[in-house]
Amino acid sequence: MTTAVPRTAEHDTFPKLLVELARKRADMPAYREKEYGIWQTYTWRQVGEHVGLLAAGLIDLGFKRGDRLIVVGDNRPRLYWAMCAAQSLGGVPVPVYQDSVASELAYVVEHAGARFAIAENQEQVDKLLEIQKTVPGLERIIYDDPRGMRHYEGLLSYAEVQKRGAGILNTVPHAVGTETEKGRGSDDAIMLYTSGTTGRPKGAVLSYGNLIWAAKAGAQFDGLREGDELLSYLPMAWVGDHIFSYAQGYVCGLVVNCPESAATVMTDLREIGPTYYFAPPRVLENLITQVTIRMQDAGFIKRRLFRSFMAHARRVGSAILDGRSVGLADRLLYALGDLLVYGPLKNTLGMSRVRIAYTAGEAVGPEIFNFYRALGVNMKQLYGQTEASVFVTIHPNGEVFSDTVGKPVNQVELKIADSGEVLYRSPGVFKEYFKNPQATNDTKTADGWVHTGDAGYLDDRGHLRIIDRANDVGRLKNGTLFAPKFIENKLKFFPHINEAVAFGHGRDFVSAFVNIDMTAVGDWAERRNIAYASYQELASMPAVHKLIASEIDSVNRDLLADPKMAGAQIRRFLVLQKALDADDGELTRTNKVRRGFIGERYKPLVDALYDGSKTAHIKVDVTFEDGRKGTIEGDVSIHDVAPQSASMAALKMAS
Amino acid sequence: MAGRQRVFNEVLLSVEDISLSFGGVKALTNISFDIRKGEVRAIIGPNGAGKSSMLNCINGFYHPQQGSITYKGVRRAQMRPYEAAAQGIARTFQNIALFKGMSTLDNIMTGRNLRMHTGLLAQALYFGPAQREEIEHRRYVERVIDFLEIQHVRKLQVGRLPYGLQKRVELGRALAAQPELLLLDEPMAGMNLEEKQDMCRFILDVNDEFGTTICLIEHDMGVVMDISDRVVVLDYGRKIGDGVPDEIKKNQAVIDAYLGVSH
Repeated sequence: MTTAVPRTAEHDTFPKLLVELARKRADMPAYREKEYGIWQTYTWRQVGEHVGLLAAGLIDLGFKRGDRLIVVGDNRPRLYWAMCAAQSLGGVPVPVYQDSVASELAYVVEHAGARFAIAENQEQVDKLLEIQKTVPGLERIIYDDPRGMRHYEGLLSYAEVQKRGAGILNTVPHAVGTETEKGRGSDDAIMLYTSGTTGRPKGAVLSYGNLIWAAKAGAQFDGLREGDELLSYLPMAWVGDHIFSYAQGYVCGLVVNCPESAATVMTDLREIGPTYYFAPPRVLENLITQVTIRMQDAGFIKRRLFRSFMAHARRVGSAILDGRSVGLADRLLYALGDLLVYGPLKNTLGMSRVRIAYTAGEAVGPEIFNFYRALGVNMKQLYGQTEASVFVTIHPNGEVFSDTVGKPVNQVELKIADSGEVLYRSPGVFKEYFKNPQATNDTKTADGWVHTGDAGYLDDRGHLRIIDRANDVGRLKNGTLFAPKFIENKLKFFPHINEAVAFGHGRDFVSAFVNIDMTAVGDWAERRNIAYASYQELASMPAVHKLIASEIDSVNRDLLADPKMAGAQIRRFLVLQKALDADDGELTRTNKVRRGFIGERYKPLVDALYDGSKTAHIKVDVTFEDGRKGTIEGDVSIHDVAPQSASMAALKMAS
Repeated sequence: MAGRQRVFNEVLLSVEDISLSFGGVKALTNISFDIRKGEVRAIIGPNGAGKSSMLNCINGFYHPQQGSITYKGVRRAQMRPYEAAAQGIARTFQNIALFKGMSTLDNIMTGRNLRMHTGLLAQALYFGPAQREEIEHRRYVERVIDFLEIQHVRKLQVGRLPYGLQKRVELGRALAAQPELLLLDEPMAGMNLEEKQDMCRFILDVNDEFGTTICLIEHDMGVVMDISDRVVVLDYGRKIGDGVPDEIKKNQAVIDAYLGVSH
């Protein structure tokens, strides 16, 4: 296998790269999709044909250079091809989060000024039809899966568009080819709407040049090869998936595998055994939770084996992975562990063949991170943004530390502003926010530096460390530094805590909302014969509150160890009876907490945290999965936590 | 949403003057109605009205003492359930009757049983004709699995699945038989709202895309009025109403039967 990186400059757009791949790797697999229980493979030649037909069909429908194509649905080969078809004609695809509610989708469709949309299935089509009533600019809706669509009128199926395309290509064989040739590296390639923890989403415009640079830079950094396999299961609207599955797919000639459905990802992962893997911390955490629960159900011998070999792996696994010197006895024991525990476990997790694995998006707990590295999975952290075409920093091989996000990728410059904010500049820096020069100017300086909005610093190893969102870092009344996300992340590292929101800026002390993890706490309760009927009931149990309190105690002990944070210990907390949800606007679509919004929405609870009351009453509106509204109301009890102090810690040590 | 306005002419099955009794208990008394090709036909009625007995007569499990059933133009005296199945009648049950220890896939494969032609010996040898046949059937079963969106439980033991999913697997097994007439006995009993909505969608899609005629028993009036083309109402083993949902809603006898009236 050759490394995939060097390619001539003339292939400066994805459609041009596709033409090249369809020639050079004609019969090699390009996409796979599990359908009817079997992995269906498409070669690069077939992909070229599919894209060509669809593009020609779009010409027939009047799709013009600069037109925008909304793409909405799960990761499907045909949706990826649709993006390339639009780009072949000089159009700009706009992928949208598939679980967006109609109003969120409507905003994007209208703001992008899209005339065309392609939807995966009936569910998405229904949303688009709803939108069409208020956004008449949306002219054409194309759907992929014909299921349930027999009685819809005025829509076109993917196959029908391709049939029209065949007609066009019969009369003008080069109709698509000539358009593809007109494309330039500096053209707009894609628009990705960033969720943002505040305000309306912004449409970041990235050029082919941005994306192709990023794809190559990332591939070079970690030695991605032609034919490397990945599973595309994260939303197509997210910049990470766009780089890994799409840009790097074309630049490096990767094999993109699409799962059968969102619910089968774990099985599909195991069947494919990707070599290139990405998972947000949330997924990594869930996997460990599942493994832990299953191990607790395992027999005595298995449990012992697992525990002792995992302890050994934690001690030497990461060192072996990094190629540092490890004694022979330890190496032999690790090899035995690989045979008995690590190998089978990696196989179950679908990670047997993983060569490069990234996690990003949120801070990842050291224990979680080290678990995978101990097993021998080359897990690294990556720091990136939509505005950077993902790559800013990555952990280099042999320099992986759980408390940093790595070193700058080649051609990326970093600087730290006086305020502590991290800024970067690279060839991947986005062109602009669509129709929003104000926001563009606020984010990007005239000489190309981009404000990340994150506070951080470079440590003496040259690694970047991120503390918190720059805007979120605040101070308590007495002047103590308060970094909410830092505290929330510490809480979230416990498997029982799914989400946390910390308050404290301008207050006397720090307090927190906690969301329990239904799976982990449910299992915990079951093992103690505690019966519960619903999330709400489980979340309001005193026993559960006690469990959370003990975890908050250990967070406080951690904070005490850091002199800057010792004053910002959690003094009061409550367990929310409702899971924070993006449908209610409490999280962003990428599942980041919108602290300000939550503070407003649950104001009575926040007030109660600070006025000393023991319980508080709350009533909030909720949105159900099908879009209907309802309300949840109830009494929430509030708990005090005694702060840890240095003398107490010393006492404990002494006893 | 009111019932859908569709018109059906061809009679698929007609029930004429049926009476069924168990000893002295009269389960059904002089019932007549028909099921037309392509429609969704609902049978409703209070508890003990004779709805399940009616389905059992249609698929040959019970043998009415009086009256006749004509299916696809053939009047039949007595029929065994497997004969009914061979002629294209499939059903699901009020309290799920799946093979709990088998996987979803295997359960649905059993729905293909009547369509398998290779003999025991060939199947034991597996390679050759039996393998080809198995692949053909598996292809169809996978279509059903895809249709009902149960890919994620394909290889899981059915007994461990939540109730709503088990109901869906049972529907899958009935569909795998490629029936012309599908009998559903309370397909939504015990489901939450979301599961009910899913099930409604599946029933309508089956009707639409496979062209299967559906006869269902259901208690949820909202569901019945939404998805059925015509409704027949039983009470104490007698037919008290028959017509499109809008007529049934206005039918005084039906209202009395449901709300109760002093006799």
